[in-house]
Amino acid sequence: MSRLNEANTILAKEIIARYPKARSATIPLLHLSQQQNGYVTEEAMAHVAELVGATPAEVQGTATFYEMFKFRPVGKYLVNICGTMSCQLMGSEALLHHAEEVLGVKPGGTTADGMFTLEHAECQAACTEAPNMQVNYRHCHRMTNEAFDQLIADLREGKRDADIPAHGTLARIRQQIPAEKAVGPVSPDDPARPVWTPAPEVK
Amino acid sequence: MSDEINVTVNGVPHVARKGQLVIEAAADAGEYIPRFCYHERMSSVGKCRMCLVECDTGRGPAVTVSCMATVAPDMKIDTQSPTVKRMQEGVLELLLANHPLDCPVCDKGGECPLQDQAFSHGPGESRFVEEKRHFEKPIPISDLVFLDRERCILCDRCTRFADEVAGDPLIHFTSRGNSTHIATFPDEPFASYFSGNTVQICPVGALTAKPYRFKARPWDLQQEESTCTTCSVGCRVVVQSSRDEVLRYMGVDSEPVNHGWLCDRGRFSFEATKSAERVLQPLVREGDALAPAAWNVALAEAARLIGEAKAAAGAGSIAVLGGARGTNEDAFAWARLAHEVIGTTNVYAQMGDGLPVGLLGLDRATIDDAANAATVVLLSPDIKEELPVLYLRLRAAAEQRRTKIIELTPKRTGMTPYAWRHVGYQPGTQVAAVDGLLADADVAAQLATGPVVVVAGRANLAESTATTVQALRRLLDAVPGATVLPAFRRGNVVGALQVGMRPGKGGLDTRGTLQAAADGKIECLVLVGSDPLADFPDHSLATRALAGARRIIAVDTFLSASAAKADVVLAASAFAEKAGTHTNLEGRVTSLARKVTPAGVNRADWMIAAELALELGSDLGYGTVEDITADIAAKVDGYAAATPAAIAADSDGVLTAVPGAIDPMNHVEAVIGERNAYDFRLVVSRVLYDQAEGTAHSPSLAHLARGSAVHLHPLDLDRVTSTAGARVKVSTASASVVFTAVADDSVLRGTAWVPFNQPGPNVGELIDCFAAVTDVRIENV
Ligand code: SF4
Ligand code: SF4
Ligand code: FES
Ligand code: FES
Repeated sequence: MSRLNEANTILAKEIIARYPKARSATIPLLHLSQQQNGYVTEEAMAHVAELVGATPAEVQGTATFYEMFKFRPVGKYLVNICGTMSCQLMGSEALLHHAEEVLGVKPGGTTADGMFTLEHAECQAACTEAPNMQVNYRHCHRMTNEAFDQLIADLREGKRDADIPAHGTLARIRQQIPAEKAVGPVSPDDPARPVWTPAPEVK
Repeated sequence: MSDEINVTVNGVPHVARKGQLVIEAAADAGEYIPRFCYHERMSSVGKCRMCLVECDTGRGPAVTVSCMATVAPDMKIDTQSPTVKRMQEGVLELLLANHPLDCPVCDKGGECPLQDQAFSHGPGESRFVEEKRHFEKPIPISDLVFLDRERCILCDRCTRFADEVAGDPLIHFTSRGNSTHIATFPDEPFASYFSGNTVQICPVGALTAKPYRFKARPWDLQQEESTCTTCSVGCRVVVQSSRDEVLRYMGVDSEPVNHGWLCDRGRFSFEATKSAERVLQPLVREGDALAPAAWNVALAEAARLIGEAKAAAGAGSIAVLGGARGTNEDAFAWARLAHEVIGTTNVYAQMGDGLPVGLLGLDRATIDDAANAATVVLLSPDIKEELPVLYLRLRAAAEQRRTKIIELTPKRTGMTPYAWRHVGYQPGTQVAAVDGLLADADVAAQLATGPVVVVAGRANLAESTATTVQALRRLLDAVPGATVLPAFRRGNVVGALQVGMRPGKGGLDTRGTLQAAADGKIECLVLVGSDPLADFPDHSLATRALAGARRIIAVDTFLSASAAKADVVLAASAFAEKAGTHTNLEGRVTSLARKVTPAGVNRADWMIAAELALELGSDLGYGTVEDITADIAAKVDGYAAATPAAIAADSDGVLTAVPGAIDPMNHVEAVIGERNAYDFRLVVSRVLYDQAEGTAHSPSLAHLARGSAVHLHPLDLDRVTSTAGARVKVSTASASVVFTAVADDSVLRGTAWVPFNQPGPNVGELIDCFAAVTDVRIENV
């Protein structure tokens, strides 16, 4: 079942109602689908297209721009090791090699047990804490080989479940916007449109 | 005038228009700025950077993207400065860095903007030695179009066209960034009715169309401007051929008509012209079979049959049906032959599938009028299916917020998403629908805001025209000043009707003729490129008529179902094999070119008419097509301006006046019977790809016909059968046909929709052309 499930479909409709145009919800809904399935499936893209009134090709075109959307299954934990300047100077290359050895996969690969996907990443904006890496986009600063081994062991044992949820979950607490505060669909011809939507172009 | 802006282009003063793009202003001043992504009929996106120029508005020269920037007062535009030259070379070097340069095997080679501009503006050599990107190539992105991603320069023309113009954004940039490429969604092909246009506007050979791939090199092609006669929009095209074979059509930008676009059916149906199944010589019946005959034999035989019929039961026992497929000249010659030489009044160009000819007597709107009106009321069939480029024009009008569209149709259509108001009506209730609409205060206010154009046509073949005519009258009475764009569908049907292929005083229309034939009262039935067995909605009547007509003469390009029953078949030349003129639905007369030699010994319809007239002892007096064009201008009401010289002088053609000779439609009362609550009311209409001759004989299009099926609203389908795709029996009091049932939420509850003239069971068997509406029972089998 890789379309959005019933609960998530309801949530999706709620999210859509927050925007003046349904298509504005494309990215949040893709995240929702990634949270549900661990990655963005074709069926989910088609479902999102249906929900926001776009074609699947448009949703795919938008989704594939973003590095954080995965279109093939990834491990429960996505390990991103920064390889940009500061981290490289501070030994990220050695860290990457170590990670390859420990996990037994090359960047882009997923361990056979489906736990870890290793990736070589660009700057994670924490250069002062180099070498830096992320697990499911949660920062791990000033990494050493030992710290890495510990981290992997903890993750395997579920000790980090509290702060590092499975891949796809951006935040455990969802934004709650009461329905009456949602913008809802706005016709471009409506003279009382919200001030932030641009005036329709009259040719 | 305040709209004028003074600029200089390469030092030469020029007066530009306010708001004009620099690239356009320079073009007006005679400076062509190289470009890839810019297209005058689409919005600017500034993707390719080929159009960089330097503009100085008083603060010194600044590099400017000329397809994005508008002119400013006293702007100095420099399109040739050393900086510009360097930038152009840089852009080209980068574009070519990943370009495969497989020009020798590329269809675009020879007419390729990239090739041409690399030659004229490029650096001449490249510093790139690295490996280029590679993709599997080419990949089909639809049944008709192939994509080579290595050649693509990411100009966004095809994707912009799909989204902005066609409204089918089924192709999109994917994996934007280093590996940006065009893609469809997996298993969802670019099945747009307009996909061929992307091939035409792609500035490289990345998109190619199946019918033309590897068929010719551009320098071998000869071309001639002409008009597409596949439907009555009359898009302007160039017909391109090589070695006497038509190979391709390209759209021509005609401001009042098609803006350069074509639909795929029009673009690719040229394949039928060279079909191996064409009739290549006259045929005369010998017992059960049709045997080849010489022209003199066949014409003499045809004349003999006509003479015999006249002698036996008078000219009133002869009927001539058709003429919509040919040129104005064909129709005029045949109209004269029928009315003057044979002396019958039973003449008609429509096949019982349009509104009455009186539609042409109403105040006429042009396509431009409709696309600029404040309100367009569609009391018509699905124009996306029947008049595709008219759909593009009206869709653009709605999208650009010029026009509000009010749609009254028996099912949702391709236009519905763009309609301001959509009223779905049950067949037979059009008048109530119009009344309801007019009672709506918002609608009344909207109709009062400016010009109103009503697009009127036959939305349902399983229903008489009476209620639609009545509803149209109601609408026109309520909205004074409203004009009508007649949504007649078939190629040159408006031309044929206007130049005289319509009943004379007391004459029969097609339904009347077929009824008379079925009753044994027609001695000789002449089919001029018409096929009642395929096109007349009431199939049973058509069958009885063709069996009942004592003699049949068919003038046709193919041995159609009806022509196969003829006693004499006169082999006609097809589109691109004959010159002449065409009248589109707004009454615009444009030229048709003869580009290739007719197949076999075939002749144009008008020649056949002229020869037949001679056989019958009269001379129509025509030696050339121009003779007839001139004669039409001299004799036919409204055509005075459409002289051969005037038509030849203007690619956009000549707009004719509304013929006063055609009586506008009068009130007709329709009686709709009581309706059984268990019954479904039948809606039958055409879709773009059907079994029409031009489509069925074009290999690239033939398989696109979707097939016959009964479409029901999903909730209704549940009522009838539990399984979608089940076989159901659809019955009227007198006939029943078994169809596959399909769930379709564009169909109104309580109605059943069946597409017409599709492969599979024939829905025509359910249609009674004398009934006001058709109610059917649907049961699971
Ligand atoms: S396929 Fe052709 S039209 Fe489409 S983006 Fe590529 S180069 Fe442009
Ligand atoms: S819209 Fe009609 S006239 Fe235009 S290309 Fe299509 S079939 Fe031909
Ligand atoms: S370089 Fe690694 S976080 Fe910035
Ligand atoms: S033509 Fe101006 S950027 Fe492409």
